[in-house]
Amino acid sequence: MRFDARVEVTLREGIADPEGATIERALPALGFTGVHEVRAGRSFRLVVDADSEADARVLAQSLADRLLANPVLELAAVELAAR
Amino acid sequence: MGPRVGVVVFPGTNCEYDAATALASLGADVRYVWHHAASLDDLDVVVLPGGFAHGDYLRPGAIARFSEVMGAVVAFADAGGAVIGICNGFQVLCEAHLLPGALQKNAGLTFLCQPTGLEVVSDRSVLTRGVAIGRRLTIPINHFSGAYVCDDATLASLREDDRVLLRYTDNPNGSVDDIAGIANERGNVVGLMPHPERASSDLLGSRDGLVLFEALLASVHAAV
Repeated sequence: MRFDARVEVTLREGIADPEGATIERALPALGFTGVHEVRAGRSFRLVVDADSEADARVLAQSLADRLLANPVLELAAVELAAR
Repeated sequence: MGPRVGVVVFPGTNCEYDAATALASLGADVRYVWHHAASLDDLDVVVLPGGFAHGDYLRPGAIARFSEVMGAVVAFADAGGAVIGICNGFQVLCEAHLLPGALQKNAGLTFLCQPTGLEVVSDRSVLTRGVAIGRRLTIPINHFSGAYVCDDATLASLREDDRVLLRYTDNPNGSVDDIAGIANERGNVVGLMPHPERASSDLLGSRDGLVLFEALLASVHAAV
């Protein structure tokens, strides 16, 4: 089976996010008000071949934790959709 | 002949020549080690110099840690060999879990290239052995991701075990506890963001980096 996987890597709670803070500070200057707690992250798209959705999830989560995210700073969340 | 020092070169490393030149000026027998090397032969010291290994793609050090040479570096460190990571090398050592924590983007989101004031706060490492606690050094930094971060338990153990080696006197990048350099439990693996090789001659404005490199070569010599 073939799955579209999206891995979203975000900073852990409590880790300073200077990028998110800078974006948040820029918003009022552009007229966007009422926006708070901006957090920057990264998104990866992968196509995964596996025997089942469970196997695909294990594979994607494992590569995300080992390579795409640094677990000291970040968390990786996996979303899957069968093709 | 002095201690045998291997300076590891990844694609994108750019401080290998400076590090090698500074160490050779102190009598070290320096050679370069390409990232495909599977063994480190008879080295006494391994230096992971600064630069942008593998373009710093994904995160600084994230790809470099899977290089062939890193298996040999981990084995060398586990056997008690002296491993020094400077700047990008520090990032690689953290990614490889030879040192705890991580280096995050600078708090000000700017690339910093400037002399920085440092205080030596522990001599329990191969890079600071014999250096007076409280000694002030001026050594340049040159990084975008240099803010040291770790969890509270790690920070507590770093402090308790005297593994914080160098602190900034005027924190330039948002590092937790002003940390500029740390060591592992045994003190044989050291990572620091400042570049000692860029403070290795009066022509460069400071010779303070040689204080650390002299301590490194002396502590290795004592162990051999």
